[in-house]
Amino acid sequence: MSVNASGWRPERPANGGSGAGDATATFSGNRALMLDEALIFEIGTAETTGVDLDASMLDDGRGNRLGGLARTAPIGLPGLSEPETVRHYTRLSRQNYAIDLGLFPLGSCTMKHNPRLNERMARLPGFADIHPLQPVDTVQGALAVINELAFWLIDLTGMHGVAMSPKAGAHGELCGILCIKAALEKRGEGDRKVVLVPESAHGTNPATAAFAGFKVEGIPANANGRVDLEALKARLGPDVAAVMITNPNTCGLFEPDMKAISDAVHAAGGYVYCDGANFNAIVGRVRPGDLGIDAMHINLHKTFSTPHGGGGPGSGPVVLSEALSPFGPLPYTARTADGHIHLIEEERAEEFSNEHFGGKLDSFGRMTAFHGQMGMFTRALTYILSHGADGLRQVAEDAVLNANYVLRQLEGVLEAPFAHSGPCMHEALFSDEGFADGFSTLDVAKGLIDEGYHPMTMYFPLVVHGAMLVEPTETESKAALDAFIGSLRAVAERARAGDAALKAAPVHAPRRRLDETLAARKPILAWKDPAPVAEAAE
Amino acid sequence: MRYLPLTTDDRRQMLHAVGAESIDDLFVDVPEAARLSGPIEGLPMHASEMAVERHMSALARRNLVAGEVPFFLGAGAYRHHVPASVDHLIQRGEYLTAYTPYQPEIAQGTLQMLFEFQTQVARLFGCDVANASMYDGSTACWEAISMAGRVTRRKRAVLSSGLHPHYVSVARTMAKFTGDTLDTAAPELNAMTDGERLLAAINGETSCVVVQYPDILGRIADLSAVAARAHEHGALLIAVVTEPVALGAIKSPGEMGADIVVGEGQSLGVGLQFGGPYVGLFACKDKYVRQMPGRLCGETVDAEGKRGFVLTLSTREQHIRREKATSNICTNSGLCALAFSIHVTLLGEAGLRTLASINHDGAVRAAERLGKVPGVRVVNDSFFNEFVVELPVEARPVVRTLADRGILAGVSLGRLYPGEESLANGLLVAVTETTTADDIDALAEALEEVLA
Amino acid sequence: MSRYFTREHEWIEVTGNGATVGITDYAQHQLGDIVFAEVPAVGRTLAKGDEAAVVESVKAASDVYSPVSGTVTEGNEALSDDPSLVNSAAEGDGWFFRIDLTNPSELDGLMDEDAYKSFVAAL
Repeated sequence: MSVNASGWRPERPANGGSGAGDATATFSGNRALMLDEALIFEIGTAETTGVDLDASMLDDGRGNRLGGLARTAPIGLPGLSEPETVRHYTRLSRQNYAIDLGLFPLGSCTMKHNPRLNERMARLPGFADIHPLQPVDTVQGALAVINELAFWLIDLTGMHGVAMSPKAGAHGELCGILCIKAALEKRGEGDRKVVLVPESAHGTNPATAAFAGFKVEGIPANANGRVDLEALKARLGPDVAAVMITNPNTCGLFEPDMKAISDAVHAAGGYVYCDGANFNAIVGRVRPGDLGIDAMHINLHKTFSTPHGGGGPGSGPVVLSEALSPFGPLPYTARTADGHIHLIEEERAEEFSNEHFGGKLDSFGRMTAFHGQMGMFTRALTYILSHGADGLRQVAEDAVLNANYVLRQLEGVLEAPFAHSGPCMHEALFSDEGFADGFSTLDVAKGLIDEGYHPMTMYFPLVVHGAMLVEPTETESKAALDAFIGSLRAVAERARAGDAALKAAPVHAPRRRLDETLAARKPILAWKDPAPVAEAAE
Repeated sequence: MRYLPLTTDDRRQMLHAVGAESIDDLFVDVPEAARLSGPIEGLPMHASEMAVERHMSALARRNLVAGEVPFFLGAGAYRHHVPASVDHLIQRGEYLTAYTPYQPEIAQGTLQMLFEFQTQVARLFGCDVANASMYDGSTACWEAISMAGRVTRRKRAVLSSGLHPHYVSVARTMAKFTGDTLDTAAPELNAMTDGERLLAAINGETSCVVVQYPDILGRIADLSAVAARAHEHGALLIAVVTEPVALGAIKSPGEMGADIVVGEGQSLGVGLQFGGPYVGLFACKDKYVRQMPGRLCGETVDAEGKRGFVLTLSTREQHIRREKATSNICTNSGLCALAFSIHVTLLGEAGLRTLASINHDGAVRAAERLGKVPGVRVVNDSFFNEFVVELPVEARPVVRTLADRGILAGVSLGRLYPGEESLANGLLVAVTETTTADDIDALAEALEEVLA
Repeated sequence: MSRYFTREHEWIEVTGNGATVGITDYAQHQLGDIVFAEVPAVGRTLAKGDEAAVVESVKAASDVYSPVSGTVTEGNEALSDDPSLVNSAAEGDGWFFRIDLTNPSELDGLMDEDAYKSFVAAL
């Protein structure tokens, strides 16, 4: 078997005691503003409802036309009145950390401020209350949003085209890889079966390539945390379809040989896919198109500030080179000279290609129902217009400056494996070297929770043992960074000194360390109603 | 710039602290030729909140808003009333601006919500377990086909002709690259679903049968016979629900033997939003849980023995299993799942059943009224809140004409099935609790005039 | 009866023409708490180096490779109920599968216990 490279060795949390004898214990179990909340299945009932419906359309006289399949058995959905609902979800919300509360240094995730103007614009009825299949004459404004955002993304990246419909980063990766596959097949080189992916890549890269039927092989890194150009060149050949590279990479470093890598891959007949998760570091300062990239997804929920929402929704438009643009997915929008914006779906794809693109368009097909994440487009466009070309450039500069500041302030107390090679980009990478025996990255992360911070990304990238990846983003002030640096330094020093109390962290969070082993060994994935208690004997 | 807190003085101090002369020193790894010396040309500079709002509002005004006209579109996206508290709650920063709950000690809000959401979806669908959401219904549908392939180790899926054509297209795109075979057909404009075709197509090589319920034309058919035949041949039954409100009125697919049930959750809590973001629902039987795609939230205890929730069975996922993952999905649709869950909690079982009855009764009323328009035939025998009428002429131009008159009349089958002449006169009409009796009269009268 | 070890941290104990395979105590310790183990089906034929089984902690999934070629005669069903056996008795009750060897000479390239101990010590 292959042993665990990340250094993450999960163990069940030591029992921290029930706290029953604790002088601060309360009758309710709550602690002032820290309130526990039961499940809706414990507090709701099947009869309760928080919605008063307009019954004027109800009509028992007509009888139903449900095909004899009326649902008669109980469904098991508890309801709550509106005040109970508001309180339930408000109480739960207070058990979450969020950017609105403080710095959220998750490397590779770009947790920046989410402007509220974005939210207001997305909720304009003209965007929020239109149906995707309305006649296109009635949604010209919505198509204009897609078209305008597409224009910006193309210009900011220096690419040729953009596919707007992918639903998130990984979906965008799939889009890019399918474009590559379609292009190869068109060239009669569908037998190129290998995609090269560095070991430091996001897990979505190899998963995407495998999903599309490619064989995944690793690309070695050099001592400076970059792609080993000579080793890569040696591997290129007639079986290689593409390389997938993250730039800036997941160690937070720019790949200085990117153009040479692209040239070598192109010379060998392959394509270059760039994971654009880290575009925030270079937006407005570097155009991926100038680096020879053929396809790159852009996480609108990272660089362009659409909210992460506790895990989505995202949006992952893919910018494409001239070579790959013809193969992008349906549908797409196109503005003609008369100012009309067309929505090109299956039926008109060929006709439109012949009319306006000399018959060159050859879409690989549809990736999703309808037209993509409209609600995210309005937010991202609002953000882009707010920043403008100058502001976006400043975004990258401040993001990079903030990360370097963190790197240099902490390199004395945390091992920074690549700091010797020069500045980092938008994130700073540290390892667990120098911690006392038995102390790990996990302990530092949990210690940071007690300090009032969300931890950094941990145990990723896999190329560094006990990795800690810190991405402060541009939306942090110097004062906020100084406070965070102070906390992280203090926790790191505890890990170096072997402070046993750190192993118990967090002690101030809504929950202590959770038993993930138990959760996985005996999965409980849905609420089960307790067995009915037998009626007490009278 | 209002989103950037660093002052000029901060920047100077910080550059000094990192030993850089200027910001350019931090971009030394970027080759000279690729560095841009100033803002990208041809793009506007930063703008005030007011200016941006003016620009975006002008674009918004160029759309015909569904809520301002009699509105009858469905076909996989439905206009329902979303209670005010749903949008208020999902805009709380603790939900809106949180990340995926990878640090469970400070993400119990999202995690408990997901556990509740999973349970609600599983019960609505009549399944044992549900995941923490997918991108949307169409991608969830493909993921289900892909999962059935892993379970059965077969690569031939039979798709009902009643499956949403966009869902079929998505599956077709993916299958082209994975080498799966899809047995598909276009629907016919009559009251019968294609159950007989499905029964005949299932054999020992079939990985799964995919049936939409109610189907794209709104028809409702019992899935039990297809389930039995599929199971006889070692295949799975996948049911696809694009209108979850229907399950407040009709039997769940799980009750009729479906192994995997996927759906589009947009109807509850999310809104139309021109097609996205929506929320994919994904549920299945317990025994297949390790083959499921996407995130799963599970119950556990913390070091003090208190109940808590964590993401679990993560070894199925891309960040651990990489090229051997069950799917490449990472980001899901968490905030839309929250909206869905809050809406379902507000409704409760009683509210959902009433809502479903209002939808159905309104649709029955509309079918009766439209059936009286000369030349118009209601195709369906059975339906929930959506049905097809056959017009004496091609439906697509009629829809456009009615839009000019301020009525969004429905989805023409010509839009959904370009080139299928046998369907061209079909008009798919959806009625929800937001539709009034006056709206129905307005549509019927306008149709009478246009068809006269 | 003799026990051999691989560089990939499997052990194999040979008795006559049959053998029992598991992962080493060192390997289970590296993985942390084991939450899931999938063993190969009886009758499956394996070539040396094939992915034969899967072992998972909550944060890692690892393939267990077959140290030899042969046919699986038994998988350890106890692991599906109690995967923690791999932690508590990796080189005993936490075995993964039994296999009939087709080519016993493949054992020649494997380490004995002392060689494996020094191999691990050097990691």
